[in-house]
Amino acid sequence: MARVVVDPIPRIEGHLRIEVEIQNGKVKDAWSSGTLFRGLEIILQGRDPRDAHLLTQRSCGVCTLVHSLAGVRAVEDALKIQIPPNARIVRNLTHAAQNMHDHPVHFYQLCALDWVDVVSALKAEPGKTADLSNAVSGRPQSKKYYEGLKGKLKAFVDSGQLGPFANAYWGHPDYKLPPEANLMAVGHYLDNLRQQVHAAQMTAIWGAKNPHLQGHLPGGVTVIQQLDADRIAHYLYMLKEQIAFIEEVYIPDLLAVAGFYKHWAKIGGNKNFLAFGDFAEGDKEPETFYFPRGAILNGELKLAPVDVSKITEDVSHAWYEGDKPLHPSVGETKPLMGDALKGAKPDTNGKYTWLKAPRYEDKVMEVGPLAQCLVSYVGGNKEIKENVDGALKKLQVGPDALFSTLGRLAARGIKCLVNAKRAEKWTMDLIENIKKGDTKTFTSYKLDESTSGMGAGLADVARGSLGHWINIEKGKIKNYQQVVPSTWNLGPADAKGQKGPVENALIGTPVADPKKPLEILRTVHSFDPCIACAVHVIDPHTNEVYKFRVS
Amino acid sequence: MDKSFDVPERLAVKGVTRRDFMKFCGFMATVLGLPLSFAPRIAEAVAAKRPTVVWLQFAECTGCAESFIRTTYPWAADIVLDVLNVAYFETIMAAAGDQAEQVLDDVVNKEKGKYIAIMEGAIPTKDNGVYGQIHGKTFLEIAKKVGQNAAAVICVGNCACSGGVQAAAPNPTGAKSIAEATGLKTVNLNGCPPNADNMVATVVHFLLLGKLPALDDKGRPLFAYQYLIHDNCERRGHFENEEFVKEFGDEGAAKGWCLYKVGCKGPETHNNCPIIKWNQGTNWPIGAGHPCIGCSEPGFWDNMSPFYVQKS
Repeated sequence: MARVVVDPIPRIEGHLRIEVEIQNGKVKDAWSSGTLFRGLEIILQGRDPRDAHLLTQRSCGVCTLVHSLAGVRAVEDALKIQIPPNARIVRNLTHAAQNMHDHPVHFYQLCALDWVDVVSALKAEPGKTADLSNAVSGRPQSKKYYEGLKGKLKAFVDSGQLGPFANAYWGHPDYKLPPEANLMAVGHYLDNLRQQVHAAQMTAIWGAKNPHLQGHLPGGVTVIQQLDADRIAHYLYMLKEQIAFIEEVYIPDLLAVAGFYKHWAKIGGNKNFLAFGDFAEGDKEPETFYFPRGAILNGELKLAPVDVSKITEDVSHAWYEGDKPLHPSVGETKPLMGDALKGAKPDTNGKYTWLKAPRYEDKVMEVGPLAQCLVSYVGGNKEIKENVDGALKKLQVGPDALFSTLGRLAARGIKCLVNAKRAEKWTMDLIENIKKGDTKTFTSYKLDESTSGMGAGLADVARGSLGHWINIEKGKIKNYQQVVPSTWNLGPADAKGQKGPVENALIGTPVADPKKPLEILRTVHSFDPCIACAVHVIDPHTNEVYKFRVS
Repeated sequence: MDKSFDVPERLAVKGVTRRDFMKFCGFMATVLGLPLSFAPRIAEAVAAKRPTVVWLQFAECTGCAESFIRTTYPWAADIVLDVLNVAYFETIMAAAGDQAEQVLDDVVNKEKGKYIAIMEGAIPTKDNGVYGQIHGKTFLEIAKKVGQNAAAVICVGNCACSGGVQAAAPNPTGAKSIAEATGLKTVNLNGCPPNADNMVATVVHFLLLGKLPALDDKGRPLFAYQYLIHDNCERRGHFENEEFVKEFGDEGAAKGWCLYKVGCKGPETHNNCPIIKWNQGTNWPIGAGHPCIGCSEPGFWDNMSPFYVQKS
């Protein structure tokens, strides 16, 4: 029996600590701790509801615009505002661009180093690397290129200043790529740094800037004068460039890496998945969602319907008061403070995190691109089905392989590609509307001291199902709650002892060397954690507002 | 370090020509308000040494780190990777857990007074700072120790500079700026997030002249923050002509009129957004028809809101 703590977990958003118990070379038990509490929901109380999306967007600067999306939708739901078709399309286009940024950055910058041994790349033969890139990559490079890359990498290592590559798990026995594949991946790691700059520009075309766009607001989007041929062409041109990168570099790399790590198709899986769905193509929601809404239960590839009212949150292992799971409509949430907090030191027998444990029908649900892919697969999205089937065929594995760490990484790439390709259609829809003389991007509404209402803003974003709940009274925010993807995925055990998705996925993972728990990083990173926004306080439907005593 | 391994050569590998590199240096000179004749000196400074940088993240959202990798030209991110020795930066570093902690300890102990500390995020101070911890230590402890031993502390983003969103009323965790929480003097790159070009320009200034740029009374570099948004706004003429957007989606919005009456805080906000814009000049908030929210001013979440209402 050995206890291993990994803190900090690098290459994520936010502050995460993972503790595991290892027995006979495998993880026997696991505890996921979010170690930062900011209290944004309290800060939202009493403010102008129209400002909520700007503030909630600061939940996270990685999946930046998604909280703005959920924030404006929550207010629109509360005030019964129907946004114009152009606003819906512009939001879809910026959201799609965000995914084109987020998913490749996750693969190359955040998780590649778990699978790619940078030091091993120094042993690569440039000629063989060129042959490999010819065989598997849509952007083959020459022997000369790889000679240069290897030379520079060597000089970098010889300089003794390893920068972000220092003190890692290089040489670990479960790094399985041959040196040539590692060298090729290092090249693409650098290429992605450029590609992401362009993807960010795409969200700025109608969202002003990235990170933290300024272009949404309840009622629609602010661009109207800017919906011109020039900017549409700009977006379309860049979109083609992004699709090319995803098809020629990202997807082939995913498949190449997966080919060397097939044993990871049996590690790190879950059985229950939830997807709110997103990308409406008409006024009716969720009926017109391109990625449908639904759930997958008990690992069966069958579509189960989703009733959002069946969501509860449990705080028995989180630093909040309360001991039974409560439906948000009757719940009350009180963060522990002062002496009761006992220094917020994780106690694996008691409370150990700032994340609550969301459950659906009392079940632990995984959310994210894998959930979106599985639900889309059985929910009638034929592009997802074709791409998933194609990837399974290439790797010569069955659908069971999807329920794993590897499946999670593959699903993210597939969703990214299908999403990007669909954005071409949405751009054409926008052009058609403008041709017809429809340039409307905003719906007027009244908001004053007499305005009250409750609403939910649901979205399915880079890291999964996201919900914002707002309660407006007398024109001001009375309550606000975010239930975000990383809370679903990285939350703790509940009162019944059901472990959260990441904890559950870690159990059974082989760990070759407890001092270098590389395998733990692989599964944790496959969820693409985003912890800053996963920490919550207030319940959406309760009228009990918990007041902080600010000392 | 092998001296022959200079930056232009390192970049050539990534398809960046010497000409591109010099263009970048010329651009940096412009951002810093230096004459173009400084470009070769910038190139030299950038190519000569790799000073160690640690990038710490506290109560934040990683938006500033994300902004940083959107540098002005696609190759600027590569330059930064190559020019600096970014020893500790949780968002990108390979090392985890104890090994990551070891890297930070080594820098603090072995490069005392020589490294640059970039800090992102605020410090929760209530209940002795327990609301934010890494490796079992509070943000407060870490910021003090790393900051006190650094050659310079550069704060990126409104959270580190002024407390930011978690310090907005009622500030449940007692969040404070780095300077307030540690007592250290800091360079403040305000903004939510700050523009990547201004971050790079600040670091280049330090490398080039061996000192930090001139600052305003809030610790913000004058080269970027001496300008009012309003004074350089492309819609300023409409303000003078009293042509205002009265409601989003109206005739004024369709004509690109001034956003002052729907809440624009440009007249009170110091930043160079209208001059350099965002994401390689793609756009900026007012360019997208959205009011400026004043995000480079301390306390903007309270002082500038409601954001869609004209400030009385």
